[in-house]
Amino acid sequence: MTAASLTGADAKPEVSLKRRLKQAERARQLKAFALVGPLLLFLLFTFAGPIAGMLWRAVDDREVRQVLPQTVAALADWNGKDLPDEKAYAALASDIMAARAAGTIAIAAKRLNYALNGFRTILTGTARNLKAMPEPGTARETLGKINPAWRERTTWTTIRDASGPVTGFYLLAALDLTRNVDGAVVSASPDQAIYRDVFARTFLISLSVTALCLILGFPVAYLLATLPPGRSNLLMIFVLLPFWTSLLVRTCAWIVLLQSNGIVNDSLHWLGIIEQPLRLIYNRFGVCVAMTHVLLPFMILPLYSSMKAISPAYMRAAASLGAPPVTAFLRIYLPQTLPGIGAGSLLVFILALGYYITPALVGGAADQMISYFIALYTTETANWGLASALGAVLLLATLLLALVYGKLVQGQQVTGGMKN
Amino acid sequence: MSDHSSLRTPSQRIAWSATIVISTLVFIFLIAPILAIMPLSFSSGSFLTYPLPGLSLRWYDDFINSPRWMNSLKNSMIIGVAATLLSMLLGTLAALGLAQWKSRFKPLVLAFVLSPVVVPGVITAVGLYFFFAPIGLTGSYLGLILAHTALATPFVVITVGATLQSFDTNLARAAASLGASPLQAFRRVILPLILPGLASGALFAFATSFDEVVIVLFMAGPEQRTLPREMFSGIRENISPTITAAAVILTTVSVILLATLEGLRRRNERLKGSGG
Repeated sequence: MTAASLTGADAKPEVSLKRRLKQAERARQLKAFALVGPLLLFLLFTFAGPIAGMLWRAVDDREVRQVLPQTVAALADWNGKDLPDEKAYAALASDIMAARAAGTIAIAAKRLNYALNGFRTILTGTARNLKAMPEPGTARETLGKINPAWRERTTWTTIRDASGPVTGFYLLAALDLTRNVDGAVVSASPDQAIYRDVFARTFLISLSVTALCLILGFPVAYLLATLPPGRSNLLMIFVLLPFWTSLLVRTCAWIVLLQSNGIVNDSLHWLGIIEQPLRLIYNRFGVCVAMTHVLLPFMILPLYSSMKAISPAYMRAAASLGAPPVTAFLRIYLPQTLPGIGAGSLLVFILALGYYITPALVGGAADQMISYFIALYTTETANWGLASALGAVLLLATLLLALVYGKLVQGQQVTGGMKN
Repeated sequence: MSDHSSLRTPSQRIAWSATIVISTLVFIFLIAPILAIMPLSFSSGSFLTYPLPGLSLRWYDDFINSPRWMNSLKNSMIIGVAATLLSMLLGTLAALGLAQWKSRFKPLVLAFVLSPVVVPGVITAVGLYFFFAPIGLTGSYLGLILAHTALATPFVVITVGATLQSFDTNLARAAASLGASPLQAFRRVILPLILPGLASGALFAFATSFDEVVIVLFMAGPEQRTLPREMFSGIRENISPTITAAAVILTTVSVILLATLEGLRRRNERLKGSGG
């Protein structure tokens, strides 16, 4: 057997070698992937899974279906134009009786109240006043007597629209949209429409912070990239120390500096520039200053690495060809820093979009960004559907920008501007 | 590098001076706030204003004798160290694998591995809150360690990966040709050479966990509150000088981490320089 296979191998050595090399390579690749495997599994459990779960919650809509199952079934073939038939009223009465016994009425009431303000009162009031199952054929009359809202079409369309099992309700709400009584998508009423403002504010703050970082960061990055390595390494400490200092420490520092009897106000008063302390914190100004401070290193470092890569020979060449310094800077230097400007700006903008801690601590009520509302609906009011929907919109925006960022830094080292 | 002592035209000189002036102001902007709160922690008064009425260590005393603050420091250390160890294990294995793996899916896998850095903290926190609550992982050390590991591992993959890029694979081949088993080759040849990269990765991982607050806000029970978490509620309620003492302690930790990292980087550059 051994001899036979040996001769076989001798007969076609080339094919065999190729195959064995291929096999060895395949085994190597498999082993390489196996090394990455544990991390992928881990991230599936601690990152991707949880986020997928959150996205699912943005469309999950089963509360009403669970608490009022017969009503949901009865409304399935309702035309939505007239009031539902007696059968639906009877189903609702029966569901309410059962839900009251099970103590689950509040779950449905909470969900329906999201869609129609006041629904909580309608449902819990009806549950309280419905003493016994109405006589056959009188359910509509009985319920209408308990609460006239049951004679209105909106009440019923609200239940139908909340029947699940999936819904676009929260996602629409996150964009200040809603469905009207006929099921068409319309803008939400002004007292409920706040999220477009919040998104606009989030974008505006992020944009201002990005612009400030670029304006402040560009000269610094230029200086660091131009100085001889010894001195620029020393000055780099000024960028890296804040970068490594805790976010909480820096936010705390700004509050101490900017408060009404803080160092900045005291100094301005002492210099005779102001009479009364300026309001510098718990407003938009404070948010922008503190966020710029936190994010500035993320702008300087990518800019620095892009400028470091520009050979001074280009500028010398431009000068020797007669270009005045300003022209040389604008036409030769600046275009070469554009990848760095793009990467730094996108990085700062992406990070700013999701900021929570700094605006929460140094901003007023009118400066809270989208993350604040996501946190609020998760922990305070437990409106998990809306929290998830707002999260989904923020995630989408972030991932789209990250995709652009990825394209932009492709080819550059992954570490970007980060030292080491 | 271009030499600025030999700037020729006046406009160039003006532009360069402007760069220096603006940069100096930005450096002050960056560093002054951090420096400004430090002396306040040594104040003998209870107000966060200058001039200091006198010097004292009472706020440090307050910090050390407060079970709340000391407990939070302990928690930060426990969670930070555990998350660092776990992320080092997972991240180093993944970096080694990614260095050898050739596939058109590699950029996709890499993007996925790095995504915890990009995704806003609140989104990760909310997702984990929903996901971990039913399985009893909120309000537990394990839950926080797992979450912090997920956030820290990308930094390990980046730093270790960067080290591996400059690692000469011929050295590993040489070890193999001299009869070393893969494990021996890793332990005796590869590991000592990539050790500085591993150390930087560990520092990044620890710093990430030590500074993290959004996930702790959502997931920690009263027992697992970390130092940043205590600072967050402290700042929210009323900033006392004890918080500035905590800030100084946190900043000292950052400075030690940064100095270690710089030391590693310099050593690495020196080695590279002498190696040609």
